[in-house]
Amino acid sequence: MSAITDPDKGGFRPSMLLYDTRYRSMTIQIIALVGFLIAIGWLVSNTAQNLADLGKPLGFSFLWEPAGYDINQRLIEYNSQMTHARASLVGVLNTMLVALLGCITATVIGVLVGVMRLSKNWLVSRLMTIYIEGFRNVPVLLWILITMAIFIEVFPQPRDFRGEDAVASMSLFDSVALTNRGIYIPAPTWFAGSGAVIAVFLASIVGMVFFGKWARKRQEQTGQILPTFWIKLAIFFVPAILAYYILGKPIGLEYPELKGFNFKGGFYMRNSLIALWFALSLYTAAFIAETVRSGIQAVAKGQSEAAAALGLRQGRITSLVVLPQALRVIIPPMISQYLNLTKNSSLAIAVGYMDITGTLGGITLNQTGREMECLMILMAIYLAISLTISTVMNWYNDRVKLQER
Amino acid sequence: MTDFSYVRTEMLEERPAPTSQTGIVKWLRENLFSSVPNAILSIAALWAIYFTLSHLLPWVFQSSWTATSLKECRASIAAAHGEGTTGACWAVIRERYLQLIYGFYPADSYWRPNLAFIMMLVALAPVLFNSIPKKFMLFTALYPFIAFWLLWGGSIWLPISIVAGFVLGYVAMNIISKQMSELAGMIACAIVPILWFLFFAGSAADVMQNIIPISLESVESAKFGGFMLSILIGITGIAFSLPIGIVLALGRQSDLMIVKVICVGFIEFIRGVPLITLLFVASTLLNYFMPPGTNFDIILRVIIMVTLFASAYMAEVIRGGLAALPKGQYEGADSLGLDFWQATRLIIMPQALKISIPNIVSSFIGLFKDTTLVSIIGLLDPIGLSTNIRADQYWNGIIWELYGFIAVIFFIFCFAMSRYSMYLERKLQTGH
Amino acid sequence: MKKSVFLGTLAAASVAAGVAAAGTLDDVKAAGELKCGVSTGLVGFAAADASGKWNGFDVDVCRAVAAAVLGDGSKVKFVPTTGKTRFTALASGEVDMLARNTTWTFSRDVDLKFEFVGVNYYDGQGFMVPKALGVTSAKDLDGATVCIQTGTTTELNLADFFRSNNISYEPVPVETNAETQAQYLAGACDVYTTDASGLAATRATFENPDDHTVLPEIISKEPLGPLVRHGDNQWGDIVRWTLNALITAEELGVTSANVAQMSGAAGGNPEVNRLLGTEGDLGAMLGLDKAWASRAIANAGNYGEIFATNIGEASPIGIARGLNAPWTDGGLIYSPPFR
Repeated sequence: MSAITDPDKGGFRPSMLLYDTRYRSMTIQIIALVGFLIAIGWLVSNTAQNLADLGKPLGFSFLWEPAGYDINQRLIEYNSQMTHARASLVGVLNTMLVALLGCITATVIGVLVGVMRLSKNWLVSRLMTIYIEGFRNVPVLLWILITMAIFIEVFPQPRDFRGEDAVASMSLFDSVALTNRGIYIPAPTWFAGSGAVIAVFLASIVGMVFFGKWARKRQEQTGQILPTFWIKLAIFFVPAILAYYILGKPIGLEYPELKGFNFKGGFYMRNSLIALWFALSLYTAAFIAETVRSGIQAVAKGQSEAAAALGLRQGRITSLVVLPQALRVIIPPMISQYLNLTKNSSLAIAVGYMDITGTLGGITLNQTGREMECLMILMAIYLAISLTISTVMNWYNDRVKLQER
Repeated sequence: MTDFSYVRTEMLEERPAPTSQTGIVKWLRENLFSSVPNAILSIAALWAIYFTLSHLLPWVFQSSWTATSLKECRASIAAAHGEGTTGACWAVIRERYLQLIYGFYPADSYWRPNLAFIMMLVALAPVLFNSIPKKFMLFTALYPFIAFWLLWGGSIWLPISIVAGFVLGYVAMNIISKQMSELAGMIACAIVPILWFLFFAGSAADVMQNIIPISLESVESAKFGGFMLSILIGITGIAFSLPIGIVLALGRQSDLMIVKVICVGFIEFIRGVPLITLLFVASTLLNYFMPPGTNFDIILRVIIMVTLFASAYMAEVIRGGLAALPKGQYEGADSLGLDFWQATRLIIMPQALKISIPNIVSSFIGLFKDTTLVSIIGLLDPIGLSTNIRADQYWNGIIWELYGFIAVIFFIFCFAMSRYSMYLERKLQTGH
Repeated sequence: MKKSVFLGTLAAASVAAGVAAAGTLDDVKAAGELKCGVSTGLVGFAAADASGKWNGFDVDVCRAVAAAVLGDGSKVKFVPTTGKTRFTALASGEVDMLARNTTWTFSRDVDLKFEFVGVNYYDGQGFMVPKALGVTSAKDLDGATVCIQTGTTTELNLADFFRSNNISYEPVPVETNAETQAQYLAGACDVYTTDASGLAATRATFENPDDHTVLPEIISKEPLGPLVRHGDNQWGDIVRWTLNALITAEELGVTSANVAQMSGAAGGNPEVNRLLGTEGDLGAMLGLDKAWASRAIANAGNYGEIFATNIGEASPIGIARGLNAPWTDGGLIYSPPFR
């Protein structure tokens, strides 16, 4: 590509479209655009032709017809008389729920495992390596199926809890029932005055944040370090517990009880959710652990040695010197792991968890026969979720990125 | 000078190091019990290992290899190891392992996928190892056609006539670019094969088949299954995604606005949706996009969608490779007066591809694992077959043996490949 | 290089696939095989054995059509379809006919543009429960966990049934039959619901079939039958009358054992003669030869024989004829006359 532009001699000749670098890029772009448009047009016209032949014109009105099927896990009110659109919304929320739970758990496990993998403890680091390699090298679909099978085959069925000589019994002082249909845990019940306890609790969280800020300021001014962790813990729990007893225990617990076919009462997590959540978290955590490990190893050794020379303890070296620097390396690959987890949650269909693929891309698609419309919406929803996650995480990444000057 | 000395003149006997500083004790102290938290961790880890193995090993080894049904298997395990023992029924694997590997491929033709697999390793060798002469790349280029013919069978003249199209294109390019301009040569290179495929390839193949009939018994793709199907989809996907990925990566890096927008849009779209939705497209929609009356085989449709999926990821891998090249390489190419295509072909791509190989291998591992998703749209990959086997009334209720077997095979494949990619990474690092 | 290979394969595929769109009958004859969509695996109706050979009630209907059209019942390419892919496979021409226990409903017939050629099995949705639960009626199922196989009309029927009886339930949707069985047997759900025939088939494969019982309520009408695309009436007629020929053959006592002898020469019964082509030429009206129906019957027998071998009381599935007895025995299986 010549850097010198020849002086313009005379007018424009058609051959310049090809041989003059100024126009050539234009020509290529126009050819590309035309080719692209022709390809799109060809696909669209084929599709239109095919749909017309089948007598199935594109239309989204089916979304407002009654869905007719029930969904077991619904975060918003839903029954079979509501519309397909509503059913899809239930599915979207379920997708988001499992993705959110999965991302949190995967991060916690992944960071722990990543740090432990670098531990000097031979046994622990080997064990972590086995975990990481085992999960990374087996398809996630298989892990989901295996986890689900473990839940179904290993845990007792509700029937086993019944009778005098029950085979199974509830754990944790008869409060939690682990069954092969899911886990039942006690749910809070609210009596008069419970609002006050919650208000106190919220206030103490605010107080905790303020205390943290104050302690930091104090440290910067005086250099004294307070045991912030313990104090924060106290602020977190003590006022709420005091308020709870002072107001006469206004919050009770509703224990699950075996009634009829199933346990009733309490909070119920279906095994499809738990299996999917576990499998996705463990699988993704293996990848996150590798990211964390390489992030930590990317921090120059001199950094931790210098910190040690300054007299910092091992825990503080990790939390104040190594991790903040490692974080910058870790975050970009972490974003793509979160995206992968979210996309992998579409495998919910294998365990019957009613996420968006199970509702809109599953039953709705089957019942209405509108493949084109359903898949278009399905893809658009996933695209929107992915783009949102990557936008938010990139924004966060920009914030923690080292400001280069 | 009196003969006084406070200094010892003779050497003391060497004493052995204290037991706490040698051998296994030292190792244990340093590696497992260096501090209280560490000791707790070690004990927890030991307990975890004991717990897992004490449950797993008896199950694995107190097993039955010969039963013909789950009932018989359970009975024989109970008879051999005492009532109430649970053991693995590996008999199901013994009975069905061929099916898990080849699907319903005709048993007397197993040599064909086997041969194709071995030839694949040979074809990959020049790509993966530098020491092999580049002449062997010709075999790599021909391999897809050979594999196609071996696996699907039919007349040999169909793949040959397709190869002939490319040869014609190449010849046309050479002749025309010498006679006329290089650009005309490029155009001819594109047009001649297309004309050939559209109008002559089919009839030429028929004619040749009539003159010299050479053919293998043709096998329809509905009979493909098991790990053969996973490998087939994975390898084809990754091989075809490479060139598309290169084009997309170059497009994404280019200064041409429109090209860039198209490439970025495609890449981000594919990367933003789960593979399963693309497979739904393959199974339910792809035929709608084609002219009325066209009908692709489901396996071909899946391969198309998987290829598109893989090329978006491949584009990002190659973009990483391009970004990792030192800027001097681009500037050096410019200063030699090479134009964009020459620079890309001769200087940029060879280096970028070389540093991308470890990541290409990783994305192949990912794709290979993801091929299990085709079971959801009803193809009989290993997981699909396991459902099929569980539907058999003799093996109704069997789970762990099948999942375990499939998991172990996947693990062996993927672990070996990931080790290979790590080895490459190390080799490339020291190379500079 | 590799890129061009991809294009080449595409081009080759489109060359190979370019011919279609003519009448389905011509396509089938040209291809020399019938592409028939079946279930991915339901014992008794359509299942592949260890060697990959398909057997079952629906499979035999396909084979009969192939025998009538192509003269050979083995010239069928079975395309396993899931609940999700079956209609697209038929609409896009991937299969020529669908025999995959598909319920004939208004919207499938009218809105999805398919033509149900008849009913080869009258089914209804039922419930199976373990006997240990002590449930005797579906109305006792308040609060139960119900396993359903997704992708069928069962989900809608189930929702309607529980809603109209004003009782609650917890649906557990599962993708495959094998998975549903695993969950049901492990007690992850109390009830397994699907078509009564499917329940019987599934129960037959259990280790202890007697521990499970099918409740008396049948909550829906599920007429199952083969279907073809709208618009190709000749092909629709062929499939319809092949099915009718099988049904009529049972009524008239034509079996796979005596069909060869009976079609040798015209006998005393004019309808048998018309059916087997020894009198008149009904085959020509369909665009087939005279012996089409006798070949269809010779392939796997008449309707009653197909039923008996695959799902009848003597088979492992053990389904009684019930509604599916010929009309002369008080059932619903009835064919229009051959004249």
